[in-house]
Formats: sequence, C-alpha cells, structure tokens
Amino acid sequence: MERAAPPGEYTRRRGRNAMQMRIRNLQDFWSGIFFIALGVLALYLSRDYPMGSASQPGPGYFPVWLGGIMTGFGVIIGALSFKLQGGNDQALALREWGFRPWLVLPSTLAVYAVLMDAEFGFVPSLIVLIVGCALAHKDVHWRETILLSIFLTAGAVAIFVYGLELPYRLFWWGP
Amino acid sequence: MLELLQNLILGFSVALTPQNLVYCFAGVFLGTLIGVLPGIGPLATMAMLLPLTFVLPPISALIMLAGIYYGSDYGGSTTAILVNLPGEGSSVVTLLDGHPMAQQGRAGPALAIAAMGSFFAGCLGTLLIAVIGPPLAGIALSFGSPEYFSLMLMALVCASVVGSGSLLKSLAMVVAGLLIGIVGIDVNSGMPRFTFGVVELTDGVGIAVMAMGVFGLTEIVKNLAGPQMTQTILRGKITGLMPRWQDLKICFGPILRGSSIGFVFGPLPGLGGTMSAFTSYMVEKKLAADPSRFGKGAIEGVAGPESANNACAQTTFVPMLTLGIPGSASMALMLGAMMIHGIVPGPQVMTSRPDLFWGLIASMWIGNFMLLLLNLPLIGIWVKLLQVPYRVLFPVIMTMMGIGIYSLNNSGTDVLLMAFLGFAGYVLVKLDCSFPPLILAMVLGPLMEENLRRSLLLSDGDATVFFTRPLSASFMAATAALLLLFTLPAFRRKRVEVLAEDEQGRL
Repeated sequence: MERAAPPGEYTRRRGRNAMQMRIRNLQDFWSGIFFIALGVLALYLSRDYPMGSASQPGPGYFPVWLGGIMTGFGVIIGALSFKLQGGNDQALALREWGFRPWLVLPSTLAVYAVLMDAEFGFVPSLIVLIVGCALAHKDVHWRETILLSIFLTAGAVAIFVYGLELPYRLFWWGP
Repeated sequence: MLELLQNLILGFSVALTPQNLVYCFAGVFLGTLIGVLPGIGPLATMAMLLPLTFVLPPISALIMLAGIYYGSDYGGSTTAILVNLPGEGSSVVTLLDGHPMAQQGRAGPALAIAAMGSFFAGCLGTLLIAVIGPPLAGIALSFGSPEYFSLMLMALVCASVVGSGSLLKSLAMVVAGLLIGIVGIDVNSGMPRFTFGVVELTDGVGIAVMAMGVFGLTEIVKNLAGPQMTQTILRGKITGLMPRWQDLKICFGPILRGSSIGFVFGPLPGLGGTMSAFTSYMVEKKLAADPSRFGKGAIEGVAGPESANNACAQTTFVPMLTLGIPGSASMALMLGAMMIHGIVPGPQVMTSRPDLFWGLIASMWIGNFMLLLLNLPLIGIWVKLLQVPYRVLFPVIMTMMGIGIYSLNNSGTDVLLMAFLGFAGYVLVKLDCSFPPLILAMVLGPLMEENLRRSLLLSDGDATVFFTRPLSASFMAATAALLLLFTLPAFRRKRVEVLAEDEQGRL
C-alpha cells in the first residue's frame, strides 16, 4: 500500500482502504460460517415444531433457542475472525488437506454399508472394506493388502460369525 | 464405617464372580491392547469395543467397559515410554521422562513404576469413591430440575473452558452437541425432531456412532494425512523389570502427591488426566533437589504423573455414578452404555442398584490389580505390536469399527452416519474445533432439555427459578465466575501454555 499510485487509481485505492476488511483468522472465519449454517438449519427444521410458551414449553422450545444461540455464536466467531489474529491458516492450505484418506475412507465405509445391507455377504463386504482402506494410504502394497484381507476376514468370520454368532451370511449364495 | 465395609463386601461379592472376573480381565486386556496402538485414546478404544458389551448383562457390561477405560489409559503410557509416541493426552507427560529412561535401558523400571503408581492410586481412588459416593448421592437426591439444569450447564461450560482451543469455539461446539442431542423422538410429545425422515434416526444419534466417527475415523484420516509417523521403537531387549529399592524410595512421595492431585482434578468436569498429569509433573520438578534431571529420565517424572492420571481416571467416575452427570467424554460414553442397558443414571442408582454401583467400584480395584499383573509380563507382546507399521494397523482398526458399528442395529445406516461424521469431523479438526465438549453436550442434551422444561413448567415460565433457588444459584454463579475467569487475558495465556501439548480428542 505504501508505493505511490497513479492519480487515476487514487480514489479506487482509497475506497479499498476505507473498508479494510481482511480475514485475520481463516479457521475462525470458516468455523463461524459452519456454525451459522448449523444454526440456521436448526431454526429451519424447527419451524413446524410447536413452540409452546415459557410456562408450557413445547417440542420446539429448546431447538429454537439453541438454533438462535448457535447462529449467534457463529456470527460472533465469524465477526471476530476479521479482528483477531491467530489460528493456523496453514492447516487449511490445499496441500495440507489429506484428500486421499478424507475421501477414500468414508466412501469405502459407505460401500461396505451398502453391501452389508444388500446381504451381499460378510466375506466380500469385508474384503472390499479392507482393500478400500489400503487404497487410502499413499503407498499401496498389494501383496501385503491381499494377505491382510485374507487373514483379517478369516479372523473376523471366526470371531463374529462363529464366536459371537452374528447373523450374517458369508457369501451372497449363502443361507 | 461398618456400612462402608458391608457395601464393599457386597461389591466384591459381585465383582469376584467368575463371570465378572472374566469380563473385567477381557476389558483390561482388550483395552490395553488397543490403547497401546499409537493415536488411539481411551475414548476411541471404548467406542470401538462398546458393541462387544451389548450382549452382556448390565453389570458385566459396565465392569468390562470400565476395564477398557483404564486399560487403554495404561496402554497409552506403555506406548509413550517405549515408542516416544503418545497414545493419548496424558501420556504426553509420561513420555517426557519415560522415554529417556527407556533409551537408557531402563524401560522395565519405567513401566513397572507406572504400573505401581497407577495401582496405588487406583486402590486409594476406589476407597475414596466408596467413602464420598454415598454422601454426594444423598445431596444429589435433594436436587430438583433447576439444580440439575444448572449443574449440567456448569459441567458443559467447565468442559469447554478447560479444553484446548478457543473458548468461543468450544462453547459453540457445546451448542452443536446439544442440537445433535435433539435428534430423535421427543419424549414429551412423541414428535420426531431433526430426523430428516430417516427411521433409524428416531432413536437419536448413537453415542458409539458419534464417538467412533469423530474420534476413530477422523483420527485415522488425520494420521494418514499428516506426516509419516516415524517410530523410534526400542530394538533392544527389555531386561530388569523391577525397579531398584532406591527407585521405590524416591517414588513414594511423587506417587502420593500425584494421587492427591488426581483425586482433586478427577471429579471436576473437563479437567482430564492430562491436566492432573501436567500439574503433578510441575510439582515434582519444583520439589526436586536437582530439577535438571527432569526430561532426562527421572523416575519421579514417570511415577507422579502416572499416579495422578490414574487417580483422576478413578475419580472421574464420581459425578457420573452419583449425580448421573458425566464430567468427560469417556464418562459420557459410559453413561450412554448405562442407558442402553436400561439403567436410568442418577443418584438413585446407588440405592436402586447397589450391586451395580458397588460391584463396579470393586471391579476397578480388581482391574487395577490385573493391570499390574498383566502389563509386566506382557510387555514383550506390546513391543511386538508396536513394531507393526501403521499401514497394516489402520485397516484392522477400520474393520473392527465397521463390524462393530454395523452390529449395533444390524443396519448400514449407522455405518453411513459414522462415515459422514468422520468426513465432517476432519473438516472441524482443520478448523481447530474440539470434540470432547460436543460429545458431552450430546449426551447431556436430552437430560438438559427435560430438566429445563420441567423447571419452567414448575415455575410457571419464570426463568428466574434458576437464580432464586440457593443451590441452583450457586451453580450458576460458579458458571459465570468460570467464564469470567477464563476470559481474563492472564488466565487465557496460562491455559494456552498448559494445553498446548494436549492434542484435542484425547480427553
């Protein structure tokens, strides 16, 4: 900002300086947004729940209050992020995000859930889960993964299906 | 005095049945086994093994779960001493002197003194709960709804105040937890709230699902995303388990002081093992004739904090058992397990289910004794386990979580929910929001709403009822004082210093 600006640009620069709104704490800024979203969602979902009155609180009483407080917290945290320094902005940098495990592990669990619900079989579901997990690591060792899925699945079948007698069929052709 | 003896006898008669002994042992063993794994604290361990306890009768289930709790706590210390990797928050302190000791070839005495200190603290702790439990429950029986509401508010504020990270964000996480607690059928009106039309959500978000999502899954994602863990595992053989007589003499004071610190910190909500371990370490360092030995393998630096940690682990049960109000996320999980077994938590548990209350307390003593016996001979196994690379370990953990959560209700919805919570949890970790207040709030949420509504109903909508009843008012005043205290800049700085090394989620 210190260097001299050409005359034509002066007013524009000035305008930008006047509202020197800079996010000083990126983590708090996004936390604020998150909490506001959560609060508004709660308020929106509670719109049909009877509020009741203070002396006769209904099912909507607590949620609405909480939704309001949540939104309030979000606004305060978000607002303070423009004012107070601190936090670790680096943590939010793209290359610091573990995209691979973050995306792979939950989706693997989702696939496993669907397979189990479809009664595709305990054994294939577990193998999918284990192989999927291995893919979340940055170096995949195939031999190790195959061995692990065999032994782990066998162990799990022994403990959970035969030992604890959980009612899961082993394969899709099973009983 | 006689009554105390009678109660303890009742407790031991419950805890010493072969069945309960087996479950206590299973809990301690499995807890240590999983607790040893780096990056998995007591909470994640309990969440992971919780489904195993569902099939048991209530007493056995709680005994096993308690065993898992202090077993995993001790497992974390083992990891800290052997590998220089803290398994959970309080081991950060154990590591300071425990690992240097191991490097000097004294891993055996370090582990032994940790076990002995823990056992000593455990014995005293058990006795202490037995002594102060009944009178406390007696007081709690006179609590009305307003008192309960204020007390829970105080517990939540206290937990966020002493937790790591920004106070405002912790309080916001409390509110978020309360909101999550609303999910499900409203007990008063029978109205489903926040269920998004999903049938499985009418029972609410399960505490096991939540804990496994944000502590299990998120933790694994975080570990995989972070820099590769380098394990400086001890290669040499561990010889000479027993500490020298001289070591024992040095450690007697630290163990006693550490235990006392732990006893005081334990029942206070939010003040977890980490805080008591740190305090004990500081005290020992101050009292030592030669403070420069600390950090280079001083045995007092292991004995004191370990005793403090275990004493704290024992007495955190006090508010949960006598008031029905958990002070930490782990105790919230315990409380959740009680409710799953159809036990209504609260001061009446002691009178309505004395076998359960005293049995659990007696089992803690037995469990601590088992830890002492178990850990020394099994060190070899733990060392082997620690040599397994994380690349192999985490699929095992994930598989156990996957099976465990699915088996809760035999429903994939729970697994999907856990996957989503883990996904969202990572974002919140990135935003530096801490989860223990959220979990605590989630469990307390329904109780708080119930008591709030009942208080308002009784007072005819007059909110001053929380400030006019003397006990309730004093809880409210304490809450306000806490908030005020921790917004003062001087305290804020201190808090940051103390908690800087405590990573979130290891309460």
